[in-house]
Amino acid sequence: MAEIQLEGLAKRFGNVTAVHDMDLTIADGEFVVFVGPSGCGKSTTLRMMAGLEDISSGTLHLAGEPVNHKDPKQRNIAMVFQNYAIYPHVTVRKNIGFGLYTSKLSSAEKTARINETAEMLGLEDLLDRRPAALSGGQRQRVAIGRAMVRNPAAFLFDEPLSNLDAQLRAQMRIEIKKLHQRLGTTIVYVTHDQVEAMTMADRIVVMRDGKVLQIGRPIDLYEHPADVFTARFIGSPSMNMIEGNMRDGLIRHDNADLPIELDRKIGHAGRVLLGVRPHDLHVTDGSPRVSGERGLHLHGTVSTVEPLGAETLVHLDLAEGSVIATAPGRTLPAIGEKLSVHAAPESLYVFDAESEKAL
Amino acid sequence: MATATDTLVDAPRSSSSERTMRDVRPGRVIAWTLLFLGGVLMVMPIVLMLSTSLKTSDQIYDLRIIPASPTLANYVSVLTSSEFIRWFVNSTVVAVISTASNVFFGGLVGYTLAKFDFRGRYIVFLAILSTLMIPTEMLVVPWYLMASQFGWLDSYWGIMFPGMMEAFGVFLMKQFFETVPDDFLEAARVDGMNEFTIWWRVAMPLVTPAISAMAIFTFLGNWTAFFWPLIVTTSQDLYTLPVGLSSFAVRQTVQWEMIMTGASLATLPTLVVFLLLQRYIVRGVMLAGLKG
Repeated sequence: MAEIQLEGLAKRFGNVTAVHDMDLTIADGEFVVFVGPSGCGKSTTLRMMAGLEDISSGTLHLAGEPVNHKDPKQRNIAMVFQNYAIYPHVTVRKNIGFGLYTSKLSSAEKTARINETAEMLGLEDLLDRRPAALSGGQRQRVAIGRAMVRNPAAFLFDEPLSNLDAQLRAQMRIEIKKLHQRLGTTIVYVTHDQVEAMTMADRIVVMRDGKVLQIGRPIDLYEHPADVFTARFIGSPSMNMIEGNMRDGLIRHDNADLPIELDRKIGHAGRVLLGVRPHDLHVTDGSPRVSGERGLHLHGTVSTVEPLGAETLVHLDLAEGSVIATAPGRTLPAIGEKLSVHAAPESLYVFDAESEKAL
Repeated sequence: MATATDTLVDAPRSSSSERTMRDVRPGRVIAWTLLFLGGVLMVMPIVLMLSTSLKTSDQIYDLRIIPASPTLANYVSVLTSSEFIRWFVNSTVVAVISTASNVFFGGLVGYTLAKFDFRGRYIVFLAILSTLMIPTEMLVVPWYLMASQFGWLDSYWGIMFPGMMEAFGVFLMKQFFETVPDDFLEAARVDGMNEFTIWWRVAMPLVTPAISAMAIFTFLGNWTAFFWPLIVTTSQDLYTLPVGLSSFAVRQTVQWEMIMTGASLATLPTLVVFLLLQRYIVRGVMLAGLKG
């Protein structure tokens, strides 16, 4: 097991900077997830850690030792790839055994280690099969087995679940999390799926355009996003954003009945983006003049309804833009129906419209 | 008496035959006829070769396909009174070593050109490809001078050296290696393999169809090679099969029945190789878009 430390780590491809000076310390045994849209530099960062990509500047430390110029095999890390990268021409047993290629263990010890790994991953009955005879989930388990078999200092996962269907992805998510709990090995995991990030990570690193936007525990990122991108990226469905003007602590907007009063003092004047999560924006019966509740009140026309069973997502067209609100599961508004929605003051986020930073 | 069931069962049969009749269009008939004639044209020399090999010398110009009195005497004669077995061994040695060498070096160079990013890669590839445009006849003189200067004339090495690595093999392997996902190779790097082991244990097994196609083409090319082995060898015990068979015509007048018998025997290894590797070859040829 090992601590991974990135000091001003950068990657440049000619004139293009894929990863800007990144500083991050991943504690021994920690599960850190890099999340962000395609091309944000998360996989490049992971590949620099693995030694598959040269580091343009900065230093990478593994277990306190600089490893910039070390080959992948000298770093004692294991990597699981998006396309599994298990070899189709050999059996599961040999695929797992490839992980021990440089090991100095005797062949009996290697066999024992392979069997032990297979047992942990539920692959004992599949050891003599070829990858073509395995399901997607089984193939991914073989790839994890090949990584696990040599007890590496850290695991690097590069979007390992993106080729699986939704059900299998959920199952594998749990398996990887359990594996981490059992092994306690440092894991760096790259994904563009915020659900994977939220459910698995000890800490999440949000990236965009090669830069780190925010690092924190999943719940911290959800509750205190540092900017509009993080706010919209973390949480599903994405946070609603409404433009408004802030003056004297009140936000005014054409769609809102009354000036919006927040539960905290923000000394800012000018254009802002008001954020509210769909789960905090509830369908109500009437206007604030009737209910007397503070916070955000909006009126709109139902454009789409997504019944999810426990709740219903209601898409509303406003005078300007649209929002997603939540209604109880059995409530199914008709398309075209006029509705009012409300969010409590404590559930509102305010961002500067120019910098898109949280206020 | 026909029942309702009979009618139901018969109905599709008649419509199927109608469909078959409809499918027999004049264009199709012409195409099949041409294909049949083409097939006959291809097979006839082989049939005649086998047929002649079973005839005695006085029956050679009797063009009946099934000989009047077939005999295996020619086979006994070729195998016992000529150096046929020696030539067979020579051809086998030359073809096997050249094939292995082509697969090895073609694979190595193709892999390097496909999977490593280095300055001048494209120029190197073009330079290798450009050698395909030079006809063998033009190269024979420089090859001969080279063999003569290095003392390789009349030796196995002299026969083999021009064909140890061919541009076509490099091209074929490069195209196939480009289809191998980089993840396989990177996974092997992370697992601690060195570049040669990655190529040998991971990349090569993933391009088996290309290897099979290349192996059969190289083997056939070397097995049937006549021009260069004829020039570079003078000792009869270094002749390859095509050169040895030609000696039946030169030294002992034209013994067609012996030539045909030798040719029939010479066909056997290629037939065996093809039958053994048929599955891979067809797949390789299809994937590579080649013609045999």
